[in-house]
Amino acid sequence: MWGFLKRPVVVTADINLHLVALTGMGLLSRLWQLTYPRAVVFDEVYYGQYISFYMKRIFFLDDSGPPFGHMVLALGGYLGGFDGNFLWNRIGAEYSSNVPVWSLRLLPALAGALSVPMAYQIVLELHFSHCAAVGAALLMLIENALITQSRLMLLEAVLIFFNLLAVLSYLKFFNCQKQSPFSLSWWFWLTLTGVACSCAVGVKYMGVFTYMLMLVVAAVHAWHLIGDQTLSNVRVFCHLLARAVALLVIPAVLYLLFFYIHLTVLFRSGPHDQIMSSAFQASLEGGLARITQGQPLEVAFGSQVTLRSVFGKPVPCWLHSHQNTYPMIYENGRGSSHQQQVTCYPFKDVNNWWIVKDPRRHQLVVSSPPRPVRHGDMVQLVHGMTARSLNTHDVAAPMSPHSQEVSCYVDYNISMPAQNLWRLEIVNRRSDTEVWKTILSEVRFVHVNTSAVLKLSGAHLPDWGFRQLEIVGEKLSRGYHDSTVWNVEEHRYGTSQEQREREWELNSPVQVDASRNLSFMARFSELQWRMLVLRSDDSEHKYSSSPLEWVTLDTNIAYWLHPRTSAQIHLLGNIVIWVSGSLALAIYMLLFLWYLLRRRRNVHDLPQDAWLCWVLAGSLCAGGWAVNYLPFFLMEKTLFLYHYLPALTFQILLLPVVLQHISDHLCRSQLQRSVFSALVVAWYSSACHVSNTLRPLTYGDKSLSPEELKALRWKDSWDILIRKH
Amino acid sequence: MLCASGRLLAAQAATTLPAPPQAPGPALHCRRRELHFPGYPELPSCDPLAGRLVRQSVPLGRRAIRRRGKMPPATGGGLAESELRPRRGRCGPQASRAAGRDVAARAAARNPKGPAWGSRRFETASRWALLALVTLLSFATRFHRLDEPPHICWDETHFGKMGSYYINRTFFFDVHPPLGKMLIGLAGYLSGYDGTFLFQKPGDKYEHHSYMGMRGLCAFLGSWLVPFAYLTVLDLSKSLSAALLTAALLTFDTGCLTLSQYILLDPILMFFIMAAMLSMVKYNSCADRPFSALWWFWLSLTGVSLAGALGVKFVGLFIILQVGLNTIADLWYLFGDLSLSLVTVGKHVTARVLCLIVLPLALYTATFAVHFMVLSKSGPGDGFFSSAFQARLSGNNLHNASIPEHLAYGSEITVKNLQMAIGYLHSHRHLYPEGIGARQQQVTTYLHKDYNNLWIIKKHNTNSDPLDPSFPVEFVRHGDIIRLEHKETSRNLHSHYHEAPLTRKHYQVTGYGINGTGDSNDFWRIEVVNRKFGNRIKVLRSRIRLIHLVTGCVLGSSGKVLPRWGWEQLEVTCTPYLKETLNSLWNVEDHINPKLPNISLNVLQPSFPEILLESHMVMIWGNNGLKPKDNEFTSKPWHWPINYQGLRFSGVNDTDFRVYLLGNPVVWWLNLLSIVLYLLSGSIIAVAMQRGTRVPAEVAGLSQVLLRGGGQVLLGWMLHYFPFFLMGRVLYFHHYFPAMLFSSMLTGILWDTLLRLCAWGLASWPLARGIHVVGILSLLLGTAYSFYLFHPLAYGMVGPLAQDPQSPMAGLRWLDSWEF
Repeated sequence: MWGFLKRPVVVTADINLHLVALTGMGLLSRLWQLTYPRAVVFDEVYYGQYISFYMKRIFFLDDSGPPFGHMVLALGGYLGGFDGNFLWNRIGAEYSSNVPVWSLRLLPALAGALSVPMAYQIVLELHFSHCAAVGAALLMLIENALITQSRLMLLEAVLIFFNLLAVLSYLKFFNCQKQSPFSLSWWFWLTLTGVACSCAVGVKYMGVFTYMLMLVVAAVHAWHLIGDQTLSNVRVFCHLLARAVALLVIPAVLYLLFFYIHLTVLFRSGPHDQIMSSAFQASLEGGLARITQGQPLEVAFGSQVTLRSVFGKPVPCWLHSHQNTYPMIYENGRGSSHQQQVTCYPFKDVNNWWIVKDPRRHQLVVSSPPRPVRHGDMVQLVHGMTARSLNTHDVAAPMSPHSQEVSCYVDYNISMPAQNLWRLEIVNRRSDTEVWKTILSEVRFVHVNTSAVLKLSGAHLPDWGFRQLEIVGEKLSRGYHDSTVWNVEEHRYGTSQEQREREWELNSPVQVDASRNLSFMARFSELQWRMLVLRSDDSEHKYSSSPLEWVTLDTNIAYWLHPRTSAQIHLLGNIVIWVSGSLALAIYMLLFLWYLLRRRRNVHDLPQDAWLCWVLAGSLCAGGWAVNYLPFFLMEKTLFLYHYLPALTFQILLLPVVLQHISDHLCRSQLQRSVFSALVVAWYSSACHVSNTLRPLTYGDKSLSPEELKALRWKDSWDILIRKH
Repeated sequence: MLCASGRLLAAQAATTLPAPPQAPGPALHCRRRELHFPGYPELPSCDPLAGRLVRQSVPLGRRAIRRRGKMPPATGGGLAESELRPRRGRCGPQASRAAGRDVAARAAARNPKGPAWGSRRFETASRWALLALVTLLSFATRFHRLDEPPHICWDETHFGKMGSYYINRTFFFDVHPPLGKMLIGLAGYLSGYDGTFLFQKPGDKYEHHSYMGMRGLCAFLGSWLVPFAYLTVLDLSKSLSAALLTAALLTFDTGCLTLSQYILLDPILMFFIMAAMLSMVKYNSCADRPFSALWWFWLSLTGVSLAGALGVKFVGLFIILQVGLNTIADLWYLFGDLSLSLVTVGKHVTARVLCLIVLPLALYTATFAVHFMVLSKSGPGDGFFSSAFQARLSGNNLHNASIPEHLAYGSEITVKNLQMAIGYLHSHRHLYPEGIGARQQQVTTYLHKDYNNLWIIKKHNTNSDPLDPSFPVEFVRHGDIIRLEHKETSRNLHSHYHEAPLTRKHYQVTGYGINGTGDSNDFWRIEVVNRKFGNRIKVLRSRIRLIHLVTGCVLGSSGKVLPRWGWEQLEVTCTPYLKETLNSLWNVEDHINPKLPNISLNVLQPSFPEILLESHMVMIWGNNGLKPKDNEFTSKPWHWPINYQGLRFSGVNDTDFRVYLLGNPVVWWLNLLSIVLYLLSGSIIAVAMQRGTRVPAEVAGLSQVLLRGGGQVLLGWMLHYFPFFLMGRVLYFHHYFPAMLFSSMLTGILWDTLLRLCAWGLASWPLARGIHVVGILSLLLGTAYSFYLFHPLAYGMVGPLAQDPQSPMAGLRWLDSWEF
């Protein structure tokens, strides 16, 4: 117990100077002149607006990825004291003095800088030599595209950081497994793997690919563990349980946590509200909540309501009508009923108000006590401003001739009778006598005479319909579809029987008071769902590219051009590294196949442990490249060169692995080995040279003459900006 | 996955065996082994006839050895048996089965070893009878009321029409390869259909036109699915009850039944898929006799079926993938067998390359050769193909063309892109919409022949009419500066520094100017690839580039489909990158100039490989083009296995004759449950085996069946189902049916095995054996009863819709999304 008195207290610190030096160089390359340029560079314009939203606590929806990445960037803004007041409207705009550029760019730059020593450690943990490990780190250090991407307020550097962290901690864990399972460090690295994976997924959905790779590798190792008959069943079960908790449960919980923070921080309503459901909007401060607070919950006969389409595609809109009628004859010669148009209108308008009327009575006001409308009730919908009722009949709709036209009934004393009875169906009812509720109930209107369903067709009407959206009666109700479902958004009890008074009442703002809150899970699932299904209408971008162009670096992205001089920043890789990375990959695959076939014929070229190292290195590095690259061929969204960077980092890790393998196992004599080392040194110097030549385009700190710029255009497909005078 | 692991297990087991003798014959025997169910001696062997012959030839004295051989198969039961098996014992009779049941029956009758083996013979005969019964039932259900309804149902309108095209020999374009439609055409031709019916829209009455031949072919091929599935399961599980269950599931599935009764590609496709699966399984079980006649027979039959499957629809690629995976695993296994010399392995590889790659490719190409030979007349598909291709078609204006040979000023021309499936340079009286470049007239490419494809070639600097007889004819030469005037709207082909609508890196191309008067942005330099300056330009043959004078960009088409404002035609751009791709090369196709003499041209005859490549490019392009439109209700892949929504084949209202394609819900939901159960039980068994748990021989045998046989079928299901999640094209419910076949086979294997395991587990209980029998029987009867309930879906129903309590289907609408 008093042992420490008997022996001197000694603190021994192992400091790996390699690691320190690499970290230092990484920091230097990424943080040097971080605030330059003091202007919005490329996608900063995109992420910047979300940072502003975070600073102002305004709710937004971004379909490009989960909120953790945005939160990391916003954290930088928070630390720098950013107030969110900057108009992110164009690339190249100068930052005003209130924008803390340094701290905004700091976190991605740190992530990029730390990737360098991490590459070193990963190669070391793969049981390759220090020399190879330093090589990997140095390649990361001088790769121009990685430098560019980390020095700006962008997310790829953060994603790469977490990807590498996941791989590194899994390797540490795996190496612990052999010596001391269930030790403290074992638990630490296992948990860190899960955490890093979920952070990677939280930054960008792309992180899922690395997560899947880690899961597969872990599953294969676990399978070997199951086959290990020296372990007892209980112990195997504990192993599996620990892995399941760390790699499945923790990431899921963390992922939810990101959203929890996101939704807690962003409590104010904002410009993206309308994409969300009315219930969601009502849970935000301001916006719809201000309007809907205190409105009566149960819709009664005589209620005045606005009806919003739950489908919300192509745009969220409300059931609408106006004085104008359908044209007698359409352009294509078909006829219409010439009655009042009914459309769906994406803006708030007094013409969106409808009154729920009981067909058996004449009054348009709520009786006291109010008689609530229930599922299955027959109703008429009377348009507030024109007092005409919603009608459909066997006339082809203007844009979708297979469906019925929906109009507000105008009596022309001709043979077309009013068919204005609708049966109310509450879709999300719990019982068959449920009452129609504001915001919460999703309802369908089924026409009594023709059993057509009121539906938003999604087509835009031509000029005569003011380009509003078409509403039709769908005769063949092919099952449930969101486009036939509506909900009440604004609601009040009507009190004025006279048309004029009613118009005045409709035009007056709605009166207000309590709130309805959604649970976190409901809000999370809605937000997540919208993020996944929202398709931003992205047509092609000037700098978009296809995956095939990435491997050979046939494309670049111009990020920024100095307003006066020709200093410019490009996302442009070090072509020597890119090409040799792809070559290394090809060599790895060929060698692997060769060894595999030979082993199958019982010829063991490599000793068993070298072979296992070789396979593990390959499955992580080549596998990491494959999972981060190949899925892009199946994607239909607009792709950019920076999507390749995570795959590239894995290729860079593979490069020294292959080189060391060639030197160790394929060079037969000492002479060959020396020649090979000399070649490697020469190759690395050329990579350094290329990196240095491209430096002005990476940092954008030096204005080059047009001739120099032309000389840098090594490939015809590179788009380097040359000013014309 | 599981299938592969099963094989690996076998491989491990094989390496633990004592070193086999080096003689080539028996050495191979140790690799494959049979599965036995010692508890069920009433099940003789894998195969109806094989079993008999094996037993006949095994002398009584050796049966003791066989008994000993009944260890868990993974540890050598098969070795004992296969070594004792006579050379022709196992596979011989199967050939006769393939040749036809009656032949086999005769062969059996001729067999001299009669009376002593009476009971066995009875058993065999009963097996044949069972197969006959299954086949007969399948045929009976498929041919029952085949002629109803006597009008076009659903996609018959397409495939019937395409059959007619073959009979009329007019060229058409379709996104699927030709074999299926060719067979339909052939059946129509043989049954006396004359190709005159128009097949305009679903619901049209056939009247006097003979349509039964075409439906008959589909029903005939569709009927074979059941016996094929029966035999496949029998071979995989060696269990009659599993095979029977599968057959019942498929026979009594209303979906398969409906799909087989009409003129569609699906029954033909499924026929080939199942044939490939069956022959693959058969050749796997012949693996102990490599290079025997039977082995070659099944191997090449696999190849033939693969060619057939791919020749009907590209969905055939999935079964090719499955056979490919199976072959790779097989070769990997052979390669690791050190007793085989590399030469032998090489022979194995060559045999598979020959039968599974070369043979199918040859057959597949042959179908295209026939396709092009039969369709020799011009038809509705011409515009999709290149000028050279069209010149083959009689009736096309390019066939034996007689047009002025050299391009001259004042000629009216059509300009066609050299890239496949891009079409003609086109313009029309519609402007680019607001916000998309300059608001000028659209220029697109269009695949169909149309007056708006006509352009007049003019000199850039004069506006005089070159057709004025007082001027001499002036030819256009390589390097000339020209202007292209759109004939219908008199606007010039124009480009300028505005972004093109879709490809933002390129410049916009528009129609500009009034009556041919525009500005300097209308000038283009015409260049011929690989020619000297000053040469004339030949119609059809010269490959032309048009280079914009002011911006220096090249006229091309990106091949991207414009949105609705551009009528879904393809985008035309001017690309600043001077890369030479086919997209920026054009040729002049039609050429009208009254001042020039017409010369009959021997147009470049494209070679067969060129035609083949071109038609594939066009098909792939067409498949990609089948994108769902906005707001269209499309079926989602996750709907399918739960039988969420059917397809209306015929009729809407309660007065119509209604046919509704919907799986028998009992069958489908049982299939769904079985997949879950399979994954569960499969992983339990796999983990137990990985932990090295010792199990009795019987259980080990059953789990082998589950892992290996079930694994193959599960792989088939996955390969035929999951790729659809990645597809961007329009999907329909009927795409699931090939996967459904596999899932039914899985159900058969799973329930049989589970019930046997159950019976084994309760062996102490006196009625244990009954569990299996009762279970299988109740499944069979349940399926049959559900078919009795749901058969009107397939055979047609008249009367009120199912919501109506009066309807015969009342109470059967279990899901709201079903519409019958």
